[in-house]
Amino acid sequence: MSDLVTTIGLEIHCELATSTKMFCGCAVGFGGEPNTRVCQVCLGHPGTLPVPNEQAVAYAIKIAVALGCGIAPSSIFHRKNYFYPDMPKNYQISQYDIPLGLKGVLEVTTDAGTRAVGITRVHLEEDTGKSLHMGSGGRIHDATYSLEDFNRAGTPLVEIVTEPDMTSPEEGRAFAQELRSILEYLEVSDVRLEEGSMRFDANISVAPPGERGAKVEVKNLNSLKSLHRALAYEEVRQREVLGGGGAIDQSTRHWDERSGVTRPLRTKEHAFDYRYFPEPDLVPIKPSPEWLEAITSGIPELPPARRRRFIADYGLTPYDANVLVASRAAADYFEDAAAAAAGIEPKQVANWLANDLLGRLSERGEDLETTRVTPQALGALVGLVAGGSISGAQGKVVLDEMMVSGRPPAEIVEEKGLKQVSGRSELKAVVAGVLAANSDVVDRIRGGDAKPQGFLVGQIMKATKGQANPAVVQELLKEMLQG
Amino acid sequence: MSISREEVVHVARLARLALTEEEIALYGEQLGRILGHADRVTSLDTEGVPPTAQAIALANVFRPDVLNEPAPCLSQREALANGPAVEAGHFRVPRILEDGDPSGEEVAEE
Repeated sequence: MSDLVTTIGLEIHCELATSTKMFCGCAVGFGGEPNTRVCQVCLGHPGTLPVPNEQAVAYAIKIAVALGCGIAPSSIFHRKNYFYPDMPKNYQISQYDIPLGLKGVLEVTTDAGTRAVGITRVHLEEDTGKSLHMGSGGRIHDATYSLEDFNRAGTPLVEIVTEPDMTSPEEGRAFAQELRSILEYLEVSDVRLEEGSMRFDANISVAPPGERGAKVEVKNLNSLKSLHRALAYEEVRQREVLGGGGAIDQSTRHWDERSGVTRPLRTKEHAFDYRYFPEPDLVPIKPSPEWLEAITSGIPELPPARRRRFIADYGLTPYDANVLVASRAAADYFEDAAAAAAGIEPKQVANWLANDLLGRLSERGEDLETTRVTPQALGALVGLVAGGSISGAQGKVVLDEMMVSGRPPAEIVEEKGLKQVSGRSELKAVVAGVLAANSDVVDRIRGGDAKPQGFLVGQIMKATKGQANPAVVQELLKEMLQG
Repeated sequence: MSISREEVVHVARLARLALTEEEIALYGEQLGRILGHADRVTSLDTEGVPPTAQAIALANVFRPDVLNEPAPCLSQREALANGPAVEAGHFRVPRILEDGDPSGEEVAEE
């Protein structure tokens, strides 16, 4: 059944990083004591009126513009009516037929190539509260009752819906990753997936080419990893059902992270009759050309353009460019460090940043914002290594020290006496001494056994306290063993 | 203008109202009259009048994203004061989605 085609569309919810909620002045935040960031408005008390947060509207417009959407000259809010205890008003203020942004596109690249994914719409709404299901398993269906915390209720939420343009779980994940990067670049969301600030729902269908498969919606995807795993699971499941002569029902399934499977949800009749109607308490949003211009001019260079520039201007590989550009913090850091290491191949700065610094930071639970190593200091360190003042191995020792003390690399090199010795005449004496002291080893090597050569290198490094330039040592050893 | 029994039952179900047969008949008739009143509007000539969801000509009414000190929030005690049941700083609600719950929501199957 390899001639089957997979079709994937995504729906992404993203909390906006405003100070206050969408329709009231309560603080937006994560965690804290339950029901302490709530007021009469977000608790849905009778007689209260919502007033939209201007910054949230601006952020949503910024996202829509960045995704290439057209901005509605006049868009309105609707009430989406349904009963659920995490929503105290019994309706969610959302947008329906006239969303803020329509018809955009985002290109994503995987090993299979680049694909343009259509953006159907971008709209603004409010988040719900959080339910804690109390009972034996902590799950909704074996709960005996639930506890409601409305601190999150009313947090500004942007919903981004794509066209069903993706054809593999990898493209689905790549899209989510790219979107996450863009939201980080736009500084409109803290994009902390582990805190639920970005959440995914996916539609996936499998069918022979040219045919329309039954759409299966998968819910409860709260990380890039679970998005990918759920899509991969569902793709295989649908292929197996079709391969066995079965049929896929249009349905909704829930991703179970623990067991790594999707399970069907029983949908009762009359579901999704939300009776949308225009929110009578809110007036239309009609962005002026000046406001749109101000918002648009605040959009920085976005990942796709920055990636191209990193490859063209710094000579980075597409892989390195991808790694660095994925996070705005890493890309900014790289550019500052590369500027500080003027004259040094930027590729080396990229290696030190991506392989050495970022690796060490994640081991220690730090990041580029908290580290004591400034981009200028990293650039200086790469300069010392590239210029031959210290070896790569010494550089790593210096980096460890920089992470602890935040001191400039040159100072650490000086203090630890870490100068690399590259002078041939100086090293020649050391090599000669080591050879003389290990004549048995020398004989074995000259007899054709190359193995103990590493031992000799080790002895030379030891004799120079690790300061010998390894390349020069290798060169000298080769010459002198022949001689 | 009248609305069918099925429509009344459907709307009542969405609004979580349990109606008797008498009430279904009564509300069906009353709702029909309300819709009939609204129906008169359709007899007006609205050629050239753009559709609107608003009766007032206002747009862009916003609030600055400023966290005032003190915040306008209620204390936890005040927030929970009208809750019918409270536990550990939360509103306590009956189990969600019992069998026979007419919510039209979804439940994960075992």
